Amino acid sequence: MTEAEQSMRKTARKLLEEKKVAMIIGYEKGTLPLRTTPCFISDTKEVDRLVWNATCANNLAKYIIDSKGKVGIIAKGCDARSIVTCIVEKQIDRENVFIIGLPCAGIIDRKKIETELDEQEILEAKINDDHIILKGENFERQFAVKSIIDDSCLSCKYRNPPIYDVLVGEKVPDSMGDDKFISASRNESKSDEERWELFTKELNKCIRCYACKNVCPLCYCNECFVDQNMPTWLGKTDNPSDTMVYHIIRILHTAGRCVDCGTCSRACPMGINLRALTQKMVKLVKELYGFDAGLSIEDVPPLATFKQDDPQEFIQ
Amino acid sequence: METIQKNDSEASSNESWQPKIVAFLCNWCSYAGADLAGVSRIQYPPNIRIIRVPCSGRVNPLFIIKTLQYGADGVLVSGCHPGDCHYISGNLIARRRFALLKKFLEYIGVEPGRLNFSWISAAEGEKFSKVVSEVVEKVKALGPATRLVKE
Repeated sequence: MTEAEQSMRKTARKLLEEKKVAMIIGYEKGTLPLRTTPCFISDTKEVDRLVWNATCANNLAKYIIDSKGKVGIIAKGCDARSIVTCIVEKQIDRENVFIIGLPCAGIIDRKKIETELDEQEILEAKINDDHIILKGENFERQFAVKSIIDDSCLSCKYRNPPIYDVLVGEKVPDSMGDDKFISASRNESKSDEERWELFTKELNKCIRCYACKNVCPLCYCNECFVDQNMPTWLGKTDNPSDTMVYHIIRILHTAGRCVDCGTCSRACPMGINLRALTQKMVKLVKELYGFDAGLSIEDVPPLATFKQDDPQEFIQ
Repeated sequence: METIQKNDSEASSNESWQPKIVAFLCNWCSYAGADLAGVSRIQYPPNIRIIRVPCSGRVNPLFIIKTLQYGADGVLVSGCHPGDCHYISGNLIARRRFALLKKFLEYIGVEPGRLNFSWISAAEGEKFSKVVSEVVEKVKALGPATRLVKE
């Protein structure tokens, strides 16, 4: 058990004992190796279920909106920023959330490991501080955690939560120096035709399982536009055009709110590089309106406001 | 929502092909501008189908994308000039939304000429006619829409 994990449990236990929070939202060990699953602890006896390591991939802010009363939540940099977004959008009260901030050095991308292992089944995984040992039926491999970190974490500029009530563990350096918008920038230099081809090719993989919207902490509408049927905005089949429209609108809905946590990309069972799309929206909002989501609870959502001199060269 | 009737499949090679353009015009300025063009007998191409909306801020990006999906070759959204909005700031809120929509659709590869935005006041019948002509020319040059169209 790492030091951070230990002090996280200590903090959680203390909060529950002192009745400062009714529940802690955190991660517990999943049923498969390399997986963790969100868990909800309200009994001090169960605090030891909580884990913290490089496989804590979900964005827990997803669960805070539906929680009742005051809750404690384990938050990486990206989770904390999503929580800020929820507060800014008045989905939760700042007083009703106790943020246990955890500096995060990056989350493991299972897909990278699966490619490395040629899809062989992993039966046992052991994570130490900076390396990971994987055992299968007839192999044992060791990886440096750094080499299998998710792309979104590689270019992450906010590894330490921007807001928290208590910070557990040592702060980590903020950036690996990569271009924050590398996936988007890479595509921008291509021609219309190439980008269209790339977009259709990528989205042809989509099976409309909606995992991307189900894990996204921003998708909290009671009824999503994909489910509405008066009027029916979107066909229910896997028609390529409907699939594209779904993704375009989902991403438009994240404008000025997305913190580029990469959870949608990681949740996609078909391996669609959704971040190449979501990241473009983050980049556009930054370029046009100079806004970074989730940094301060005083923020006004950029699409709920305007400036007199907003760019309008595209308007005749 | 019915598919807007498409012309022949060989439309692009057919010289008589005429683009279909859906125009969302705000009730207070651009629609009145179109009306002025009409009563002033200013000629403009008959390729546009006007949908009157209370304000350009009423136009959900979903409307625009659905329009392309269901067979329009181009879209025009027009509202009051900044500062003239009947609802004070509807068009300014819309401006941000449209900027993101337009740039994002360009990023995924939809031709820039398919999406057009303009500010037309109730006194600008001439401008309305000019904008419509330009949009029609632009879309004609692009040919029938194929991207995002629902088969």
